[in-house]
Amino acid sequence: MKKWFAVLLLVPTFAFAAGGEYPNDHADIDLSDQASLQRGAQTFMNYCLGCHQMQYQRYQRTFQDIGVPDELGDKYLRFTGEKVSDYITSTMPEDDSATWFGAAPPDLSLVARVRGADWIYTYLRTFYVDESRPFGVNNLAFPNAGMPHVLQDLQGTPRLATEMKMIDGDMKEVSVGLRTDGDGKLTTDEYDETILDLVNFLEYTGEPSRLQSERIGKGVLIFILIFFVFAYFLKKDYWKDVKK
Amino acid sequence: MNAFMSWIEQRIPVMRVANMHAIQYPAPKNMNFWYIFGFLATIVLVNQIVTGIWLTMSYEPSAERAFASVEYIMREVNYGWLIRYMHSTGASAFFIVVYLHMFRGMMYGSYQKPRELLWVFGMLIYLALMAEAFMGYVLPWGQMSYWGAQVIVSLFSAIPVIGPDLVEWIQGDYVISGATLNRFFALHVIALPLVIVILVFLHIIALHEVGSNNPDGVNIKHKKGSLAEEDKTVYKIHEYYTDKYDIIDDVVPFFPHIVLKDLVAFSVFLFGFCFIMFFMPEMGGYFLEHPNFEVANPYKTPAHIFPVWYFTPYYAILKAVPDKLFGVLTMFGAIAVLFALPWIDRGKVRSWRYRCGLHRVNLLVFTAVFVFLGYLGGTPQENWKIIASQIATIMYFGFFVLLWIYSGKEKTKPVPARITL
Repeated sequence: MKKWFAVLLLVPTFAFAAGGEYPNDHADIDLSDQASLQRGAQTFMNYCLGCHQMQYQRYQRTFQDIGVPDELGDKYLRFTGEKVSDYITSTMPEDDSATWFGAAPPDLSLVARVRGADWIYTYLRTFYVDESRPFGVNNLAFPNAGMPHVLQDLQGTPRLATEMKMIDGDMKEVSVGLRTDGDGKLTTDEYDETILDLVNFLEYTGEPSRLQSERIGKGVLIFILIFFVFAYFLKKDYWKDVKK
Repeated sequence: MNAFMSWIEQRIPVMRVANMHAIQYPAPKNMNFWYIFGFLATIVLVNQIVTGIWLTMSYEPSAERAFASVEYIMREVNYGWLIRYMHSTGASAFFIVVYLHMFRGMMYGSYQKPRELLWVFGMLIYLALMAEAFMGYVLPWGQMSYWGAQVIVSLFSAIPVIGPDLVEWIQGDYVISGATLNRFFALHVIALPLVIVILVFLHIIALHEVGSNNPDGVNIKHKKGSLAEEDKTVYKIHEYYTDKYDIIDDVVPFFPHIVLKDLVAFSVFLFGFCFIMFFMPEMGGYFLEHPNFEVANPYKTPAHIFPVWYFTPYYAILKAVPDKLFGVLTMFGAIAVLFALPWIDRGKVRSWRYRCGLHRVNLLVFTAVFVFLGYLGGTPQENWKIIASQIATIMYFGFFVLLWIYSGKEKTKPVPARITL
């Protein structure tokens, strides 16, 4: 469902893409894993915030929710000179960025609710070198995306890998996914883990109330169950004299 | 205390009205599971009004601030997320209970004489509710809010001669804009809730005048003096009813019997409601559509524009007809024909328990067709769906045609004289 909507939103660019939609990988995220959220926040602040902002989300609330004391947050997560009580905004002027990238980089507060965690997890792991594109990269999940591969120094240079295979008696070049040149700071597993943390953080910012909601929800449901038992027996008692 | 109460009572009839309509109201004792949805609809209405009031405290109805103010409610207002989800889940819950309520009415012939006006008031509530829900969905000013409004408002342009001017008048602008948002806000929070509350009041007054139907469709009110004393109900029923009729011993008083029954139903409903609200408020994109978490952008049309699930059957009917004007007429006709149901059905027996087999099949097929239309209207267009939706549309109207034909000379089963539990 999420995947499907994600694709819908890419209409203008998607129209040029060859073939159907790219299958999403499952992002096995855990909103209660604060260490993961903290790592994700760090990746976001270092790599994403240059262009994308989170105009609905404040630093302080974020620090509280992901378990980062303000002093540490100031040191490792807050670089743009804003106050800790400010919204997480980017310094990039929107008009200029629209000229530079074709469209202003979208706000990411709610991106996980629009596209879904799985899609983002897939998208950030499927860039590949394509010299025909303005930034030299293309993307499998989001063909002809207007975004450069900002995480390339972590992942290494990703390329579409092909193999020669015998098909119907002919040797043909077949795509076998992506491979990096091995020049990144991280191994493939480490990179996937970094993206997972980042996606986890984006999922959190999409709906900061989620954990609170589930905590309260459990209590409410238990209360209703108890209420049901009382209501049921009270009703039964009053109805026992009603003639059949 | 008693002196105080009687002082009040002499000046305004608090206890008399409460006794008449909420305590000593005679209700058939066999009202089953299907009879809880009116009560639940009232609960949801109260929920929508109360949470709606709190939402307006922080919501800002302007194209610039609407989306951001909803996110402000979601993130920064204390328990704002809870109030918002109560309201958004409540909107869908409202339609769920109303659809089940209507289906109940159709099963047990609750629209038949003498309950025609009761049904018509109910249909008016349904109509007002659709307008209310549509305008409410525009307020968060997300992509689906904007483009959904675009689609629905443009329907009026199909009207000959005045169409384009009418659209402009509705929008208050040449396009859907902040001006449209502002007037939809006014209608959503003041005009339509007022209309709905008044209609609900009339619906209940009409119900209490003619009395509740029941799964057997058997009368509980008999001509004054026609019942032997031992056949009359043992419960205390208000004089308003007993002065006019003999009430048969098949009823229970509204309080405590029906209220307690509704309370059980309410706790079950509330469990489901809260489960969705706390754990899956988007309901997989049905209650809150994913594209609506992106702010409205007039320059970016979504590939597929769907109304929320409760409108999709009508949307499918609209799309089934190739001609725009005829499509709009067919769609409104699909709603209008429901208004006429009490006069289309010429049957004398109310409950489908005692009507002909064809009637049961007809109603079940109609229900299935309605759900199927909902599926067709809520999923991306494919070739086979065009034909499917055309066939389903014909079957939708076919229900009423068939009903009119066979209900004239229907072979029914004998209706029991008394209600059994």
